[in-house]
Amino acid sequence: MTSADMAQKQSAQPQSARSGVLGLISYLRRHVPFSVGLGIFWLAAMVLVACFADSLRPYGITAMDLTNRLASPGNAAHWLGTDELGRDVLSRLIQSIRVSLVIAFGATILSAVFGTALGFAAAKFRGAVEHLVLVLADFQAALPFLIMSLAVLAFFGSSMLLLVCLMGFYGWERYARIARGLAISASAQGYAAAVVQLGATPTRVYLRHILPNVASTLIVSMTLTFPEIILMESGLSFLGLGVQPPETSLGNMVGFGREYLTRAPWTMLAPALVIMLTTLSISLVGDWLRDTLDPTVR
Amino acid sequence: MIRFVLTRLLRAVMTIFAVVTFAFVVLRMSGDPAQVMLGPDVPQDAVDAFRKAWGLDQPLWVQYLAYIKSIFSGDFGVSMRDKVSALQLVLERIPATLQLTLPALLLKLLIGIPAGVYAALHRQSFADRGVILLAIFGFTIPSFVMGLLLVLIFSVILGVLPSGGQDTWMHSILPTITMSIGGIGILARFSRSAMIEVMGQPYIRTASAKGLKWSDVVWGHALPNAAVPIVTIVGFMVGSLIAGAVVVESIFSWPGIGRLLVVSVTNRDLAVVQCILLMIAATMVISNLVVDLLYGWLDPRLRAQTAH
Amino acid sequence: MTSALLEANNLVRIYQIRRGLFGKPTPVRAVNGVSIKLMPGETLGIVGESGSGKSTLGRMLLGIDPAQSGEVKFEGKPMAPPGTAEWRALRARMQFVYQDPLAALDRRLTIATQIGEPLNIHKLIPKEHRAARVEELMSAVGLRRDQAGRFPHELSGGQRQRAVIARALASRPRLLVCDEPVSALDVSIQAQVVNMLRDLQEQNRIAMIFISHDLKVVRNIADRVAVMYLGQIVEEASSDVIFHSPRHPYTEALVSSVPVPGKILEGRRILQGEPPNPAKRPSGCAFHPRCPLASDICRTSAPDLRSIGNGRTAACHLVPGETAPVAA
Repeated sequence: MTSADMAQKQSAQPQSARSGVLGLISYLRRHVPFSVGLGIFWLAAMVLVACFADSLRPYGITAMDLTNRLASPGNAAHWLGTDELGRDVLSRLIQSIRVSLVIAFGATILSAVFGTALGFAAAKFRGAVEHLVLVLADFQAALPFLIMSLAVLAFFGSSMLLLVCLMGFYGWERYARIARGLAISASAQGYAAAVVQLGATPTRVYLRHILPNVASTLIVSMTLTFPEIILMESGLSFLGLGVQPPETSLGNMVGFGREYLTRAPWTMLAPALVIMLTTLSISLVGDWLRDTLDPTVR
Repeated sequence: MIRFVLTRLLRAVMTIFAVVTFAFVVLRMSGDPAQVMLGPDVPQDAVDAFRKAWGLDQPLWVQYLAYIKSIFSGDFGVSMRDKVSALQLVLERIPATLQLTLPALLLKLLIGIPAGVYAALHRQSFADRGVILLAIFGFTIPSFVMGLLLVLIFSVILGVLPSGGQDTWMHSILPTITMSIGGIGILARFSRSAMIEVMGQPYIRTASAKGLKWSDVVWGHALPNAAVPIVTIVGFMVGSLIAGAVVVESIFSWPGIGRLLVVSVTNRDLAVVQCILLMIAATMVISNLVVDLLYGWLDPRLRAQTAH
Repeated sequence: MTSALLEANNLVRIYQIRRGLFGKPTPVRAVNGVSIKLMPGETLGIVGESGSGKSTLGRMLLGIDPAQSGEVKFEGKPMAPPGTAEWRALRARMQFVYQDPLAALDRRLTIATQIGEPLNIHKLIPKEHRAARVEELMSAVGLRRDQAGRFPHELSGGQRQRAVIARALASRPRLLVCDEPVSALDVSIQAQVVNMLRDLQEQNRIAMIFISHDLKVVRNIADRVAVMYLGQIVEEASSDVIFHSPRHPYTEALVSSVPVPGKILEGRRILQGEPPNPAKRPSGCAFHPRCPLASDICRTSAPDLRSIGNGRTAACHLVPGETAPVAA
């Protein structure tokens, strides 16, 4: 049984709403390892920051304080210091978290939907469709993603929409392979074949039966893809090909902070730390989810 | 067997062909290299002359056919910027990249696999936890952050190692470490889980139950069976020997393929970019092919499945 | 005389099997010219060793696997090709019961949802009556009401098979094909499930094809029995007759191997030679390498399935046909 089911049961007990929440917390404390708890806490904080970035930011991201350039962290006006133009690092960091998370989230969803759809199509139609999907997957595997994005972004120019769409191709072949493999094994024997034999249409078989059954594996893959997309986006932004100024993202901040590594390391360290903690948290939580949701994949 | 090799080979060739076509289409569709090379304020007849000289006035499919034809005769075009053969430009840079990536690969193999196997054999021990933790850190820290942190510590604060350039062997220390840390983490993690999976199999219990020496169980039965997933990852790492250095080379100003690619992409130097893409794809496809063939050798069960 | 519910003529199914990496594909005749007739409400048992093609035959009779040659007629009409809307609509009238109930059930849905699924798919009865129908089905197969919300892995093997049977019966089919429905169950539960199947089948006048390698089980449930060997029917007769006086040497061997309680197993025929391999089909009569009575003619020519009187058929050179005087 999944933890969600158990949590539901837990909260379904006749209790006031308040003790229900407390019950959930004590449940989590008993069943979730400490490091995973920290990871969940950090991710929740990041999501909140991304949602309320506008009201959390003390300054605008382009507001310059020219008398206070490269100020070190810890002063009252700028908690995390300022950069070379006197812009508040904390404000830029908050905005960067939002931009990077939005890109990674959008791209992860895109890639999961796209890959799963192609994988199911390959499993359903076999033959030429399957070969086409496999050749596309081979192609994607042959050309490292960073290299491909480099070429596309440099030649088409970078825009937010293009970046999300491009990142949306990241890892689709993984979903396609998983979805195809699981769908084929499900329809070769077992419940999917049984439902087909009941007279169900292919849409019903795939959406109502196969998709829920492979969902946990796909979600686990998403926890793998998500940090990788964050890293990919920040790598591209670091090289100056991802998010373009005046907009800011975590990688873009590291890239610009690099110039002032000797004089103002905090402009680079703050976003670097956020990247590390976020990817680390997702890995920890993802591993834990994988063990709880789907013991068949490792 | 011949049939299996031939189908794999055909797929590999098709993949490379797809990469070539992709590179050609994306690069030609995306903008006019004449504008980038000559700048925006050049007179029209200069632009026309440039386009004629580079064959850009021809229809796209004529350019494409000419391009494919010249690739088959070993001609990868001429760099528009440096006016020398693109292939030559690329080949000159390869030794520099390999000077980083080969030692990094060696480090990954020599540290990652033993660490993973050791952790798997001593589960729940202090060493196991340490390996897991380090592995997770290793691949959640992006290489550009790792590289900058190392520069900050060893060049800026301690001042013991140079932060960029290619003059002495000292210069290659930081980039090599930066490049290998993530791979060590990935390999350690994969070797560990592959070993744990294998150690739980009935044949391992049988082997140890029949009184085989423990080291023989590990070396003779467990490792060969755990090799398949490990070989996949190693194959991927070998395949990215050329491509894996883009970010690291740009942090440490290392004059390798990665730097050349970033520079050529910014300058829209078509021939050079195409040549690099082709080379990267070819390395990856060839190493994937080798891995596939190795599978058949490592795991006889996979032979029949991949045959059709 | 009523017309047949299901009629199969000369069904052939050939699989291509590649041996090794560079072997040429070898054709394997899984089902090799089988004809079957089933009356409404009748139960036909199909018996054979593994590899005899009995499961493939079952799937072909339902139109899941298309026949390479020959045809299947259901209620006098040829079977629609699988995957078409017509084929799907036909599923409401014919159903399948699987060997492994856990594999046949979706582990993410409750059994009540799954039992009701055919009603949902074929929109058979108005929505508000579906829950009542599911309850009725559950009690018919002996599942308790409180088990409706259970998931497949929370039930025992016997209960799962009951759920599969309830699902198969939901659309009130006229034909049920059961492929080894009890061989995955504990012996103690087998009898319960078989008896329940027989009762349901009699009450609802469902025609049934019951595929099994287990003669005891088939004897219990079938009106008629067909024995298969390497893709062909070698003997067919009514259930009682075939168990009392088997004529084909293979049937004799099968029947003699069934233990009878309280009796010492005597005159048991133990089959010699290798078990049948459909990829290496012997010449002549497929059974001759293992047949204790094989003569020269058996090695060279394959016997036809012909009538041997009393509504029985057999494919053996040594069993005299109907026209010949019945000896012994």
